[in-house]
Amino acid sequence: MSRTVLVADDSPSVRRMIVLTLRGAGYAAIEAENGQEALDVATTHSVDAVITDQNMPRLDGLGFARAFRARPEGRGVPIVFLSTESDPALREQARAAGAIGWMVKPFDQAKLLDVMRRVVG
Amino acid sequence: MMDAETLAVFRAEAEGLVESLESNLLALKDAPRDRALIDGAFRDLHTLKGTGAMFGRADIASFLHDFETAFDRVRDGSVEVTPDLLSVALAARDHVVALLSAEPAEGADRAGAAILSRLAALMGTPAAPGAAPDAGPWHATFRLPADTAALGGRPELVLEELRRLGARTIRARTGDVPPLDRLDPVCLYLGWEAEIDATATEDDIRGAFLFHEDGLQLSLTPPAAPDATAPPPRGPEPPQHRAPALMRVPAERLDEMMDRVGELVIAEARLNELAARFGDPGLVAVAEDIQRLATAMRDNTMSIRMTPIGAITGRFRRLVHDLSRELGKPLALEVTGEETELDKTVIERLADPLMHLIRNAADHGLEPPAARAAAGKPEEGRITLSARYSGAEVLVALSDDGGGLDRDRIRARAVERGLLAEDADPPDDALWKLIFEPGFSTAPAVTELSGRGVGMDVVRRTIEDLRGTIDVASAPGGGTTVTLRLPLTLAIIDGLLIDVAGERLVIPLAAVDEIVELPDSLADDDSGNAFLDIRSSLVPFLRLRRLLDSEGQPGAHQKVVVVTSGEGRVGLVVDRIIGSNQTVIKQLSPLHSGIKTFSGATILGDGAVALILDVPQLVARGRSDTDCQGEAAA
Repeated sequence: MSRTVLVADDSPSVRRMIVLTLRGAGYAAIEAENGQEALDVATTHSVDAVITDQNMPRLDGLGFARAFRARPEGRGVPIVFLSTESDPALREQARAAGAIGWMVKPFDQAKLLDVMRRVVG
Repeated sequence: MMDAETLAVFRAEAEGLVESLESNLLALKDAPRDRALIDGAFRDLHTLKGTGAMFGRADIASFLHDFETAFDRVRDGSVEVTPDLLSVALAARDHVVALLSAEPAEGADRAGAAILSRLAALMGTPAAPGAAPDAGPWHATFRLPADTAALGGRPELVLEELRRLGARTIRARTGDVPPLDRLDPVCLYLGWEAEIDATATEDDIRGAFLFHEDGLQLSLTPPAAPDATAPPPRGPEPPQHRAPALMRVPAERLDEMMDRVGELVIAEARLNELAARFGDPGLVAVAEDIQRLATAMRDNTMSIRMTPIGAITGRFRRLVHDLSRELGKPLALEVTGEETELDKTVIERLADPLMHLIRNAADHGLEPPAARAAAGKPEEGRITLSARYSGAEVLVALSDDGGGLDRDRIRARAVERGLLAEDADPPDDALWKLIFEPGFSTAPAVTELSGRGVGMDVVRRTIEDLRGTIDVASAPGGGTTVTLRLPLTLAIIDGLLIDVAGERLVIPLAAVDEIVELPDSLADDDSGNAFLDIRSSLVPFLRLRRLLDSEGQPGAHQKVVVVTSGEGRVGLVVDRIIGSNQTVIKQLSPLHSGIKTFSGATILGDGAVALILDVPQLVARGRSDTDCQGEAAA
């Protein structure tokens, strides 16, 4: 049974790269353009993990994480941030919002897959 | 591979050497320069190493190699005996014991390596690379952040990562898991310890905890520096004797123990009742623990009391031998199922009735040799005693291949004694039962051994006291078989607690076959006995309400508890099933000896007394054609 990963990023090219990497490794991937769309998808589909950007229109990554964690569907689903930001204060906020990990862009395919293996198996 | 015997020889020798080594080392503590002791220790090490190599224990040989060298240097005076050297040598001695044990303790390799590196440090030489079994693993102890699961983190993936890096063993530490009522299901309480191959780097290992770094507690001991001060794990002492250790215990102590266990079971039932009433999870947990322990203890105590029936059959052989001479009949006794076990008390009290039955068989049952020859039977009369399990009962059968019971004579005698009406013609098994009536003897002449009419009634009383039953089968010319059906134990049984008109009663669980709903069509039937169709077989049933003369009307949904005894089945109609109950059997007082419906009483958790239904009696009653309401509940 393939695992489903939700990818939220406002950059289509970044999204494309992540999704291709994941699909190449046998994951199913769903895309979202911003935090609000991500929240809609995450609460209506069954997802095994979320990879999200921080800076996005309508709802940013932190906002998404807080909202998703507050929903019953959001319990126990790992959220990994993938962002150009590397501010420790932001990372801490992400953790407090319920994210399990933070990766800094640009991402490396092998690294992303390694992380996914450790997060969703 | 070595066979067991060779291995035993090696073990014995090695254990002797280890002991000698230990005493030499301990003596060296007080006399570090004693030549004889030093030589002795060296010799022990040398021989132990050589024996190990010879018997294929290269691990012992290579481990001891450095110690042999060290003591060789002590011997030539280049090294002093120091307390440190002695302590490491004693640790080595313990390690060898661990290696000798059938299952070396986990981490034995690591312990051995640690000892060798301690020795190397003392001798100022690096440990020989070949000597250590291997470099030893990383030792990691860690706890993931408590909110790991809440964040969607999966600890098993971390463990998987460690395994990928070469973790040999991973053990969970569950010490911090709180009791159930205080357990937060999303909180992670576990810690782990792992041993990881030395091939992994520290970065690899730390990397396994990706995303768990915040709040991670990780202590990592590198492989190159085994903890030299920690004592090596001590292996189990080698077993000294292979035979199971036996102890003689006075029988009264076992009786006393059984009484105590009985009291414990009753107290435990009260505790459970209280725990259920207060509903405090902590109290319930303790009550459950105690229940588990009490049940285990009950089973244990009962198993200690179980004695094979063979314990009393020896005297029967002697009896048959003596009887053969006294009666002038060649007799043979055959015993089967001697290993069948019964409660000690049952066995003890069974001896006399069985002796009596054997005497009877020899005296009355078996014909004289001439008569046997005339009937075409071997001259030697055969008496067979057999024991076997049947559910929670043991069947002890005594058979002879004699002439069988004389129907006419028994009938005549019964009429004469007023036990039977002049014109009565009861079926065989009912007639045979009459021989157990007091004073009933059909022997034409009283002999030295039997025929005085005392005995058979005593046999029956003894068996009934043991909550057993007697069946007799006989065929003219084909011999007689008396079957004693006995409960495995007397003291505590598993019971089914039922409710009849507000009265609680116990049915021995072992006798319960099944429980079915009483069909509505039969609910109001007032005819007493009736039959129930259970999967196309007709089972007679008794209404316990009627039997007990209960007032009032039963509610809806009465249950039928189908019980078995011997070949017979009968349904008992009850108001309600309460549940299972550990039943400590208390005998009814002699004043109640006439009561047939109950075999005893027990004390319930709330202190109330519940009567125990006598299943064999009820089955017999259910099967008899006569309506026996008149006898209800004395």
